[in-house]
Amino acid sequence: MGVSSKLANLGVVTTTVEQAVNWARTGAMWPLLFGLACCAIEYMSSQASSYDLSRFGMELNRATPRQADLLIVSGRLTRKMAPVVRQLYDQMAEPKWVISMGDCASCGGVYNNYAIVQGVDEIIPVDVYIAGCPPRPEQLLHGILTLHEKVKGERIADWA
Amino acid sequence: MVLAEQTQSIEEQRRWEGDLDQLRGLVSERAITGETMLLNMGPHHPSTHGVLRLLLELDGEQIVNCLPDIGFLHTGIEKSIEDKSYEKAVPLTDRMDYLSPMSNNMAFSATVEKLLDLDVPERGQIIRVICLELARCASHLVWLGTHAIDMGAMSVLLYAFRERERVLGMFEMLSGQRMMSSYIRPGGVWRDVPDDFLPTIKQFLNDFPAKVDDYEALLTRNPIWKDRAQGVGVIEPDVALAYGMTGPALRGSGVNWDLRKAQPYSGYETYDFNVPVGEHGDVYDRYLIRIHEFRESVKILQQAVSRLERTQGPCRSQNGKYCPPLRSELGQSMEAVIHHFKLWTYGYDAPDDEIYNAIESPRGEIGCYIHGTGANKPRRVHFKTPSFIHISALPVVAKGYLLADMVAIIGSVDIVLGDCDR
Repeated sequence: MGVSSKLANLGVVTTTVEQAVNWARTGAMWPLLFGLACCAIEYMSSQASSYDLSRFGMELNRATPRQADLLIVSGRLTRKMAPVVRQLYDQMAEPKWVISMGDCASCGGVYNNYAIVQGVDEIIPVDVYIAGCPPRPEQLLHGILTLHEKVKGERIADWA
Repeated sequence: MVLAEQTQSIEEQRRWEGDLDQLRGLVSERAITGETMLLNMGPHHPSTHGVLRLLLELDGEQIVNCLPDIGFLHTGIEKSIEDKSYEKAVPLTDRMDYLSPMSNNMAFSATVEKLLDLDVPERGQIIRVICLELARCASHLVWLGTHAIDMGAMSVLLYAFRERERVLGMFEMLSGQRMMSSYIRPGGVWRDVPDDFLPTIKQFLNDFPAKVDDYEALLTRNPIWKDRAQGVGVIEPDVALAYGMTGPALRGSGVNWDLRKAQPYSGYETYDFNVPVGEHGDVYDRYLIRIHEFRESVKILQQAVSRLERTQGPCRSQNGKYCPPLRSELGQSMEAVIHHFKLWTYGYDAPDDEIYNAIESPRGEIGCYIHGTGANKPRRVHFKTPSFIHISALPVVAKGYLLADMVAIIGSVDIVLGDCDR
């Protein structure tokens, strides 16, 4: 329509910096290779052959937080582990996002007791919560796509 | 603002205010003088299979000392069970050894049955055997994939998880959940198998042996794999016995001990199967044993499936005091309604007695100790789990090997931190 279709015919696409950067960020969001408990096994299932997270540019798990964009907190977070997770989050470079995978990470799940932090949002900010104990790989994929939608809507003013 | 305050308090927790003197006695004197290096491995490490922390003292690349630090996944499951009736404690046991929840269900349920002196009908026992052996396959498949990926063979994980998805699909068919099934319960199993279960498992048993051949083709005669695995992490039989190791880690050292043979439960004595035993006690032997266990599990499953087709009857105990009545009875029998209401509100009383029972999980013996109170909740529940014991033996096993071998050793004893810390 109008000028944009004429430009496309010439091999030119116009967009905003915002959209271009957000598109790039959602296309290759590297997760941290990090698992806590049961949910980490379903996370591995999502990485493996049947569900294949690499369709979303996420096959590259980085073992070091310095190179990771996305922290998937997969499992119950204990009080002993909480400082470690906080340190991992602090070590990640901006921009960074957090998915809280499963009931335990989101709200403590079935464990309302002395050992478990009642939700990972008590120590780090969370972008997307995924319910389930453990969530199916499809649910994790849905959570990741929800995060992508969120990232696509980010404004320049919000960029850190 | 709250977040900032919490961050600050975590910062304070994180700061280590001790000095090297605190490590005196734990590490050698050479570490205090700085001659050897102290290296922290974990709790965030891709090869520790969860959140295990190891403090390693290294002389060059050689491990002088290894200090495991556990508890990063301590969930308080045993304490939580003290506040639940026996029926409602089963879902908590799922989440201990999260690679084989069925084994945990079985360990707990079998102990409760022993405490209550409750019998399980034959059909229930056969379904249990099917579940336990499927769980063994699923657990070993995760072990195989992660162990291989730790040692640099990246593709095995993709093959292993392809078959694991099929096993999880069968668990979902049975229980409605892929992993945390809570299917095996005191008195039997939750419900009978659905109609499409038998064709599915037959198809799986038909395909699976060829898939195991595929895994073997990738690894067994692979020279790199053999170099990394043979002669590494040797566990002497007396060391394994002294530390109380069980399962493939013990059998790899040549000790023939399998509870399915030694103290049969759920009718295992009536199945024809072999217990593979290694001879060298190294990483490679433990690998071979688990590969053989795939084949033995298939053998047991085939017998169990044909038996299940022949056996009719209930799949859980008919004692209404301990097992819920059938849904169809609820509309017809007042007694069934009373039993149902009593079970789901109060549970049942178990005698004031202590009891211990162990079964063979994929990782080794998982034992359950229950001390009843005479009322509907236990006074104390304790699980003797194989991962805890295997981690406690790591310092002895790892001593003298290279840092890179540590990864192979951790993978080969197959620890699950949820199982260890509970």
